[in-house]
Amino acid sequence: MYPKQEVVAMLLAGGQGSRLGVLTQKLAKPAVPFGGKYRIIDFPLSNCVNSGIDAVGVLTQYQPLVLNEYIGNGQPWDLDSNNSGVSVLSPYQQVKGADWYSGTANAIYQNINYIDRYNPDYVVILSGDHIYKMDYSKMIAAHKENNADCTIAVIDVPLAEASRFGIMNTNPDGSIYEFEEKPAKPKSTNASMGIYVFSYDKLRKYLIEDEEDQNSTHDFGKDVLPKMLNDGLRMFAYQFQGYWKDVGTIDSLWESNMDLLDPNVPLDLTDESWKIYSRNPVVPPQYISDSATVQNSLIADGCSISGSVDFSVLFSNVVVKKGAVVQDSIIMPGSVIEEGAVVQYAIVSENTVIGKNAVIGARPETIEDKDKWGIAVIGDNLKIGDGAKIAPKTMVSENVEGVDE
Amino acid sequence: MRGNNIMGIIFANLHEDLVSSLTDVRIMGAVPFGGKYRLIDFPLSNMVNSGINKVGVLTKSNYQSIMDHLGTGKAWDLSRKQGGLFILPPFTNSNDYSNRITTLNSILPFLQNSTQEYVVISDCDTVCNIDFQDVCRKHLENNADITLVYKRDVLPEKLHAPAVLSFDRNGKVIDVLITNNVEGSCSFYMNMLFIKRELLIELVNKCVSKNTLNFKRDILQVEYKNLSVYGYEFKGFSQVITSMNDYFNANMALMESEVRADLFNSDHPIYTKVRDDMPTKYGLGSKVRNSLIANGCTIEGEVENSVLFKGVHIGKGTKVSNCVIMQDTKVGANSSLSYIIVDKDVTIGDEKTLMGTLSYPPYYSKGSVV
Repeated sequence: MYPKQEVVAMLLAGGQGSRLGVLTQKLAKPAVPFGGKYRIIDFPLSNCVNSGIDAVGVLTQYQPLVLNEYIGNGQPWDLDSNNSGVSVLSPYQQVKGADWYSGTANAIYQNINYIDRYNPDYVVILSGDHIYKMDYSKMIAAHKENNADCTIAVIDVPLAEASRFGIMNTNPDGSIYEFEEKPAKPKSTNASMGIYVFSYDKLRKYLIEDEEDQNSTHDFGKDVLPKMLNDGLRMFAYQFQGYWKDVGTIDSLWESNMDLLDPNVPLDLTDESWKIYSRNPVVPPQYISDSATVQNSLIADGCSISGSVDFSVLFSNVVVKKGAVVQDSIIMPGSVIEEGAVVQYAIVSENTVIGKNAVIGARPETIEDKDKWGIAVIGDNLKIGDGAKIAPKTMVSENVEGVDE
Repeated sequence: MRGNNIMGIIFANLHEDLVSSLTDVRIMGAVPFGGKYRLIDFPLSNMVNSGINKVGVLTKSNYQSIMDHLGTGKAWDLSRKQGGLFILPPFTNSNDYSNRITTLNSILPFLQNSTQEYVVISDCDTVCNIDFQDVCRKHLENNADITLVYKRDVLPEKLHAPAVLSFDRNGKVIDVLITNNVEGSCSFYMNMLFIKRELLIELVNKCVSKNTLNFKRDILQVEYKNLSVYGYEFKGFSQVITSMNDYFNANMALMESEVRADLFNSDHPIYTKVRDDMPTKYGLGSKVRNSLIANGCTIEGEVENSVLFKGVHIGKGTKVSNCVIMQDTKVGANSSLSYIIVDKDVTIGDEKTLMGTLSYPPYYSKGSVV
């Protein structure tokens, strides 16, 4: 028997993130590198630890190898306690048969045994596709104060964008009276962040009922939450203030990385009181050579820079050779930008070589047809030949031959 | 490969008087180096990379900072059920750590209870990346009793009691001189040796019983005549820290790509304690040239030919050239720093000018405010 944990967090990390294209071909979205040294999952995991949550189940399904290896025993996040810590929960075979996780609610349902071991009062449901710093303990405190059955974190979004989100319409006391999934005419701007706190007795009951319901798609947003609301459970919205960004698309992933370069964006990763932990590669400090110019950029240890780097985020062990230019771009670990190559408005995935004088992406002001402009994305472990040209908005998943000059 | 038949012993607490300002608040092994390391990271990583998984770290006093740095040894993969890291301070006040022989005598139970056949003994004040497996291979090839690692170079000026070695054509030691007085290049002992554990115990016992307690004089200078003592030439980059100038120059040597490639060889990486800093932020208008910079810095001014440790802040309009600035030091705006060594957590305000020279880089102590 495990000692009781008041709170257990369940982190849904099984999503493919298909809109990230080549970046999630070999790994699940939560494992996508972010911010020069992190992976997306470092944010919810660090939030859990910093909020005092010691038991975290990570539900994996799509391409779990990188994620499993990255999480390991949870030591980088202090999630390797004797009786708790992080547990990777993959779909498994049972006596009555084997099932993939068929929906978010089904994924939690299949792991009721994991939650039961800790006999928790509350369960926090999180997803692995957002960049934000949040104290879940404050949300749990609000949940208790409201004597709620379910609390949903919401963030104020601009009215014009509200129709892209699930909107929570609330009474003055914060209790929810209506959900609207991507409403054409939103009544409010309280967008759900996909972060739920449940009182576990209620959650357990509804998960079992939902599983038995033949018509259910086993999804929290579509099935479980509406049923709870219908049944008159106490459901409250919890207003979150601060930086929160979905990084589910190439554009939003790029923007969110660039936000780290903007001193006016309220996402401070230097804050000692709310550190974002990650697995740290064993590499020497970064070296900036005599011929380099580096401005307004974020650069990680192990990099060696001899070219020009501007408004960019460089992960560990990136090499930018002499005469190469990297602007408004994200270069993931171990990639090499050879002499004279120009990389603009691009995301280059891990361990890829951009050949000499190759041109990747372009600045928006140089493109007449704005519809043809966008972030260029180069997959991992590729070789882009010398002098090759990759147009903006392209996604490259195979080696590209060089061009004779 | 791990779990081989070798154990390691590191003298982490010696020669502090040579760099007394750096060691005011710490022992030699805990002296910060190269942007993110402590000196002990080098021998410790070298041993681990050579497959050694039991290491004893000898320290006599002021070992708070080294304990804090090493922790359980996890960062070096030395938090283990079999073997692992052993920090060995004196057991009681009567233990004598004043010289190598009595220090080794104080840890005889540790040596006797170990099962490894061989021992590598190393000091911590030489920065290098050495493969002790290769030393072991040569040792076995030569059928040696003791193998001494040496470097062929001009003797570092302030090296403490250097042992200068002569060899026959097979590399067997035929003379050991203890002298600072050598013209030109010579083969000097790097204070790293390879020996059978049982033989080490025997030699220590013998010296203690005869009260001949100088390791170089009473073991090296005597035993090369009785035993088969061989040399192993280390040809990679190395720098022994015997003065503030050495310390400064060793940091500056890291600007050379060959030195970095040798010292930070990715097949034999140097491990250190992890701190979870974010990547370094280069501000708008920052100018950085020929510098080694660790994660967690914020640079808004100009930096050239310098080493910045983790978490250093350089304010707008400030110029830093030829400096070593240790972790979490904050430099304000419009200041000018050249040829200085700044310890941890120092605060340097706005519009300060701090100048030194290559031959005499001034030092600012930990936590001071300028």
